[in-house]
Amino acid sequence: METFLGLDYNVWWFLVFGAVISGYAILDGFDLGAGALHLLLKKEQSRRIALNAIGPVWDGNEVWLVIGGGALFAGFPIAYAAIFSAFYIPFMVFLMGIIFRAVAIEFRSKEPMPWWRKTWDIVYSAASIIIALSLGLMLGNVAYGIPLNGQKEFAGNWLSFFNPFSIMVAITTLALFMMHGSIYLTMKTEKRLYARLRILSRNFIIFFVLSFVITTLYTLLYIPHLSDFFKANPAAFIIPILMVLSIANIPRQIKKGKYRYAFFSSALTIALLLVMVALEVYPYLLYSTVNPDNSITIHNGASSYKTMKILLTIAVIGTPLVGIYTSFVFWTFKGKVKLDEMSY
Amino acid sequence: MDVEILSRVQFAFTIAFHYIYPPLSIGLGLLLVIFEGMYLKTGDKRYEQITRFWIKIFALIFGIGVATGIIMEFEFGTNWATYSKYVGDIFGSALAAEGIFAFALESGFLGILIFGWNRVGPKVHFFSALMVFLGSMFSAVWIVVANSWQQTPAGFRIVGEGMNARAEITDFWAMVFNPSSVERLTHVWIGAFLAGAFLVLSVNAWYILKNKHLALAKPSFKIALITATICSLLQLFVGHKSADGVSKNQPAKLAALEGHYDSLATGDMYLMGYVNNKTQETKGIRIPGGLSFLIYGDFNAPIKGLNAFPEEDRPRQVNAIFQFYHIMVAIGVSLIALSVFGTWLYYRNKLFDKRWLLWIFVWSVLLPQIANQAGWFAAEMGRQPWVVYGLLRTSDALSKAVTANQVLFSLIMFMVVYLLLLILFLYLLNKKIQHGPVDYGSKEDIEEGSKRDNPLLAH
Repeated sequence: METFLGLDYNVWWFLVFGAVISGYAILDGFDLGAGALHLLLKKEQSRRIALNAIGPVWDGNEVWLVIGGGALFAGFPIAYAAIFSAFYIPFMVFLMGIIFRAVAIEFRSKEPMPWWRKTWDIVYSAASIIIALSLGLMLGNVAYGIPLNGQKEFAGNWLSFFNPFSIMVAITTLALFMMHGSIYLTMKTEKRLYARLRILSRNFIIFFVLSFVITTLYTLLYIPHLSDFFKANPAAFIIPILMVLSIANIPRQIKKGKYRYAFFSSALTIALLLVMVALEVYPYLLYSTVNPDNSITIHNGASSYKTMKILLTIAVIGTPLVGIYTSFVFWTFKGKVKLDEMSY
Repeated sequence: MDVEILSRVQFAFTIAFHYIYPPLSIGLGLLLVIFEGMYLKTGDKRYEQITRFWIKIFALIFGIGVATGIIMEFEFGTNWATYSKYVGDIFGSALAAEGIFAFALESGFLGILIFGWNRVGPKVHFFSALMVFLGSMFSAVWIVVANSWQQTPAGFRIVGEGMNARAEITDFWAMVFNPSSVERLTHVWIGAFLAGAFLVLSVNAWYILKNKHLALAKPSFKIALITATICSLLQLFVGHKSADGVSKNQPAKLAALEGHYDSLATGDMYLMGYVNNKTQETKGIRIPGGLSFLIYGDFNAPIKGLNAFPEEDRPRQVNAIFQFYHIMVAIGVSLIALSVFGTWLYYRNKLFDKRWLLWIFVWSVLLPQIANQAGWFAAEMGRQPWVVYGLLRTSDALSKAVTANQVLFSLIMFMVVYLLLLILFLYLLNKKIQHGPVDYGSKEDIEEGSKRDNPLLAH
């Protein structure tokens, strides 16, 4: 097995893929969350400000989904093929969410009629919620495992995706994004809208903590294979502990008026949460509930070493570039949102 | 209907709809760079207004392009899982490279392009336009590379057997520069430039006809006309190179393009015609031996016909392939005629008096679109029955876990949603065009405005 700095290429690519997914969840997470809570902002002016807070960046955020798809396709094609064909129906619903959300943001501002704007507000918000829920549902099922046969093909019924654990993960994901989005909006707004968002973000923090605790308890009680790693490696408990600290830091920073730190804290929470999921599932990419031997792992589901090497080269060259211009764009639009003639 | 037909229809439908937008983004991106470059160079406010106007339209086109493009990336996994396993080692790296090198660049700077007018200086804004354009060009590179690899696979070896066989990369650059990449990419790029140029020509021809925004419409028209003329002439050579490549790499496709069945005969070239798939006869207006001449420089050289290939290895819908190809070629030639004639009249100062010609320019926006679609269909249908030419059959590439009902459900959903999208897109595009650019920067308006502001001149 070829290795690089002591880890074999498959582990490296698993880390890269995990980092891309975390990047996606952190970046698109806040604009999806902003979308999910959009209807809770009542005034036209507030809605416009909220939309323009994500306006210049949401497209760039969604790129991480495309990179993640490419990363999975390239590095772990067997897993890519199995996951997307198995999740056919929920994934089509997710894609519809993506389409409707993009056009709702684009079309909303193009006509002044109240019914037009209200319709696209509803579409935008509903699509954001559907995207968050379907992402969570798929993540839940990937973590839990699905029936895979000897050919590593899905051999179940799509209705089985709606199991209690996955539904809880879906709700937790939505809560997480709403918390994250409301903190982002708090950072980008002022005056009365800011005051309103401060209250909303506090409620979403509570909503997230509750759903997270319930999901964790359910996992510990009913899905032992997901906690195996933590039972075997008590040192890993540092991650959930860090996560609790990170969550607790959010209201603290908001109270102090340091929104950027609050936002970094909620971004860190998302990253830690995904690290936890990654540790729980590793080395599986897709666990077979029928027979663990049918599972797809980072080794039997992977591309050749040659491809892994090429991919790592692409990532090493590409990631700093993306980092540079992403930061440049965020820096350009830093500060509170001001509406002008080019706004949505 | 079975999963194969439904999945093929779904893929063809979703990609055809998506392929309306990226060529427009690329072509309009080029013109945005030229317009804003002219503004930076001359400081003429008119070019700023032109740029601002087209950026709004660009944003609309880009938005739908992205939304429908994300679908494409995942459809390989949802509907073509066996294909994805077979080519993941190769195709996946091209898609990943597209995401990280091209799409990220384009989407990142798009925010500054649209919302950055008051946030960054003119030079940074121009730089953003350039980056968005380059990003869209790079996107085309990786997508066309991935597709060209399916047409002319290179730089790989096959490991495993039967249903577990898959392609593994052996030489990355041989994969990227596979035998058809370069000629197909340039062909696609220029097709995209033409799509953008003719959109600008169409809108401005309409303004000139309606006597609106003349101070902005005339210089935009001129720039787009020059772009269109250069590109349509270039396309003649690039297109020829592409056909030449097909003759070398995919002889069965070449035979289908010209409806040529008989192997021992010389190949005729048709201006238009009809292929009877059953009797294997092609009728129409033709240049006898024209295809032979095009390929070998000899009117009498025999060319491999479809009968030289086993029946199961050659495309079936020969008439459709023939028609798509000939529509593309005919439009290519008309675009040359239209743009060269327009340029000639322009330099004799007679173009803007010819209302009938301006009306042709208004409708000409449809031509590059039809040509791009027809060319794509000819290329893809001509590759059948292979999804990876000579290696993997389309019928073997499906997802085994997906049922016909699921595909039917998603197909109907895509059709309904895309129809709605198209209606909304055309409605909003039309509205933006009707509204037009803001003219306050034009010379006439500044004079007009100062008259209004000056109480002595106003009365």
